[in-house]
Amino acid sequence: MPLNPAITEIDQLKAHPALAKLLAWNYGAIEGAKFDRDEMTIYIERSAIREACILLRDDRDCPFNFLADVTCVDWYPKQPRFEIVYHLLSISRKERVRLKVRLGDSPEVDSVTSVWPAANYFEREVYDLFGVRFNGHPYLRRLLMPEDWEGYPLRKDYPVEGYR
Amino acid sequence: MILNMGPHHPSTHGVLRLILEIDGETIVRIMPDIGYLHTGIEKTCEAKFYQQVVPLTDRIDYLCPLTNNLCYVLAVEKLLGLEIPPKAQWMRVMLNELTRINSHLVWLGTHALDIGAMSVFLYCFREREDILRLFEMVSGQRMMTSYFRIGGLALEPPLGFFERVREFANRFPAKVDEYENLLTGNPIWGMRTKGVARITAEDAVALGASGPTLRGSGVDFDLRRDMPYSSYEKFKFKVPVSQDGDVFARYICRVREMRESIAIVQQALDGMPQGRIKADAPKVILPDREKMKTEMEALIYHFKIITEGFAVPEGEVYQAVESPRGEMGYYVVSDGTAKPYRVHMRAACLANLQLLPAMCEGRLLADVVAAIGSIDIVLGEIDR
Repeated sequence: MPLNPAITEIDQLKAHPALAKLLAWNYGAIEGAKFDRDEMTIYIERSAIREACILLRDDRDCPFNFLADVTCVDWYPKQPRFEIVYHLLSISRKERVRLKVRLGDSPEVDSVTSVWPAANYFEREVYDLFGVRFNGHPYLRRLLMPEDWEGYPLRKDYPVEGYR
Repeated sequence: MILNMGPHHPSTHGVLRLILEIDGETIVRIMPDIGYLHTGIEKTCEAKFYQQVVPLTDRIDYLCPLTNNLCYVLAVEKLLGLEIPPKAQWMRVMLNELTRINSHLVWLGTHALDIGAMSVFLYCFREREDILRLFEMVSGQRMMTSYFRIGGLALEPPLGFFERVREFANRFPAKVDEYENLLTGNPIWGMRTKGVARITAEDAVALGASGPTLRGSGVDFDLRRDMPYSSYEKFKFKVPVSQDGDVFARYICRVREMRESIAIVQQALDGMPQGRIKADAPKVILPDREKMKTEMEALIYHFKIITEGFAVPEGEVYQAVESPRGEMGYYVVSDGTAKPYRVHMRAACLANLQLLPAMCEGRLLADVVAAIGSIDIVLGEIDR
């Protein structure tokens, strides 16, 4: 399968169920969209992520009721630096969609644990390894690293061998 | 009372530590504490060439190394836009199903051992040994196989390999009957598992459960059938589902899955296509040894791939496969260079472990052991 160029025009992608639903809800909260290698990515404005998730979870036609994953990509030294990546799955419609939130000045975003309890460990892991704070998380503590660890190992400015 | 269970407790399958708040023998609160096996594989991947990541993926979930290999190479192949020849795809399916049986055998043996049925362990490890011998034959390694490579397979399967697999596949269903004779109708097994650690379908979906843990609660979803990869759509198999949501339901799902897996192995053997085992992509795949002795280009490509790696076009891919434990996903981000910018593994066990408090709180301490066994955790995958 040869690679097709990515589509980034929102107008061409309107037919996708998740994007159509989000655009109808709040046009201003959608920062962009991308269709690349058969995968849909939607960029959401930071303050709207929780409501966008609730909307997609409770959609009647195509409910994205399963949160597969939450992770983060560090684009240091570029700005905005962090990208939080949510992978959603619709079990009934067998569709996937990827939501992204870009975090620039302060690494903080609303937690989606109230939408899917599954986000609990995923968000703790991101906090642990990237130092991104999730507001409203019930128990935001380090998950994998020791409690007294300094620094956030998966950040790009953290050396592979560590500081010690 | 606060009680520590693990990280050295034999029934926690590795280094899981549970902080239990108990009232008499009843669990009030349960807090898993993980991270004892954290090795920073995701960080290490960022410093390696794409092809050097394959052996690292073996070490994540050491009970199903080939499933991890497959998931990673599928993700990178999707980034590259490679077309994989049918023989390599069918070999991948066949070996993946053998891996699933292998993993389920370890699970069944240790799970039964935890609850007190000693002999099942010996039966299971007898057949597991046969599968490990098959892996050794095809890849040279019993456990850390690294047999799938970006663009195909590492080696042609050796002479006599398919006959050995066929012989095993014919023998195995009778062995599953043996395990079932020991457990399924056994009243003691029933008392320890039926109605224990129940979880509803809604809770399981909300908490991110996948694989047999999800299907044991009555959600009929299997990535192999519903979102097929590596030509799974060409195979006929049933997806076992049970409605009860207890330890027994998850047990029966996995045992039936073993039967379905061996049926897939039979189909793969019957219809194994002929042809190449590597894609036609000289810039990505190492050339044959023989060619390197006679062709200048082959030698140059070999040198370049080994020393510089190969550049992968910019982009990102999330590839999920059905591992023995659930949805195993690889999220690979490329910035156009020869090293992955970010590799993230979606560990099925990490999400499944979140079910443990919902399963155990309000129940007896002894049921915790049954519950841990029933979600089939591998700490290597949880901690990465």
